[in-house]
Amino acid sequence: MPILLDLFLTFAKVGLFTFGGGYAMIALIEDACVSKKAWITHDDMMNVTVIAESTPGPIAINCATFVGYKQKGLPGATAATLGIVLPSFLIIFLISSFLDNFLEIAWIANAFKGIRIAVGLLILDAGLKMVKKMPKKKLPRTIMISSFVLMLTVNVLSLHLSTIVVMLAAGIVSLMIFIGTKPAAPGKGGSGQ
Amino acid sequence: MIYFDLLLGFLKVGFFAFGGAYGAIPLIRDVVLSYGWMDEEMLAYMIAVSESTPGPIMVNLATYVGNTQAGLPGAILATLAVVMPSFIIILLVMAVLKAALKNPYVQAVLRGLKPCIIGIILATGLYMVLHNCLGSVRNVQADAMAVILTVILAAVYFIPAKMKKKGLSPVMLIGISAVLGMLVYGF
Repeated sequence: MPILLDLFLTFAKVGLFTFGGGYAMIALIEDACVSKKAWITHDDMMNVTVIAESTPGPIAINCATFVGYKQKGLPGATAATLGIVLPSFLIIFLISSFLDNFLEIAWIANAFKGIRIAVGLLILDAGLKMVKKMPKKKLPRTIMISSFVLMLTVNVLSLHLSTIVVMLAAGIVSLMIFIGTKPAAPGKGGSGQ
Repeated sequence: MIYFDLLLGFLKVGFFAFGGAYGAIPLIRDVVLSYGWMDEEMLAYMIAVSESTPGPIMVNLATYVGNTQAGLPGAILATLAVVMPSFIIILLVMAVLKAALKNPYVQAVLRGLKPCIIGIILATGLYMVLHNCLGSVRNVQADAMAVILTVILAAVYFIPAKMKKKGLSPVMLIGISAVLGMLVYGF
C-alpha cells in the first residue's frame, strides 16, 4: 500500500475509535504506529506527547501531524491529519444534520457507558507502559508521583488546576536542578546553545 | 460575513486551546456564545454529544457549529480552521526539533515534563476508572454493573499482555466494551 494511503487509513481508524479525549488515543497510536507499523519509537511517542501537551490544539491532531511528517514530509502530515479528522467530521455532520435527539437513543447511550469503561483502562494502560520505560532514578520518580497525587486530588475534589500549570512547574523545577548542579562537571558541555 | 466569522472564531479556538479538550471548554464557550452560535443549553448538549462520539471534542464542536450556521461549506471551513494552528505549530516544532533535543537546557526541561505527564495520565486513567465504578465524591454511588464490566475488560485486556501473549488491540477493546455496554445496560 502506498505510504500516504496507509497513513490516511491508519489515522482514520485511530480517529474512529478515539473516545474521551486525547489520552485514550495515546494507547491507540502506540498500538498502531509503534507496535504494528514501527513508524515511530516509544521514545518518539513520549516526545510527541510532551510536545502535544505543551502546544495548543487537540493532542490527536498534534500526533497525526508528527507521525505523518516523519514518514513523508508535508504530504504525509496532511494525509495523517485529514485521516484522523475525517471520521469525527462525518459522524458529527450526520448527527447535526439528521438527529435532534442523539443522546436519547438508548442503545447508543448504553454502548457509550461500556466504552467509557474501556477508555479509562486504555488511559491507565498508556500511563503504565510509560512508567515501565521511565528512567529508574530518584528525580523523575519524585516528579511522577507528585504530579500523580496532585492531579488525582484535583480530579477527585473537582478543583480547577490546569495541567499546563503543573507541567510548567515540573519543567522549571527540573531546569533549576540542572542549572544548580551543572558547574560541578566542567568536562562536558560547552557545545550547548 | 459568516464564513469569515467561522474561520476567525475557530482559528482562535485552535490556537489558544492548551491542555486538552477540558481545558479548552471555557475558551470554546466564550467564542460560540459571543458570536451567538449556540446558547448555554445547546453547548452543554453538544459537549455531551462530542464526548459520546469519536474524535477530538474541539473538532466535533467546530463541525457542528459550522454545519448549523452555514451548511457543509461552513462545517468544512470551521473544522479546517480549528485544526490548522496545531498542524502548523507541529510542523514548525519538528523543523527545529532535532537541534532543540540536543540542547542541554531543553533536555533538562524535558526530563521534568516527561515524568510529570506520566503522572497526569496515570491520575486521569485511575480517576476515570474510579468515577465509572463509584460516581463522584459529592454523589457517591457504586455501580455494580460498571464494576463487573471493569473487571471483565481489564482481565481480557491486561492478562494476555502479562503472559506475553498477543492480547487485544485497543480498537478491539473499544468494540467489545460497546457491545457489552449494550447488553448489560440494555436489559
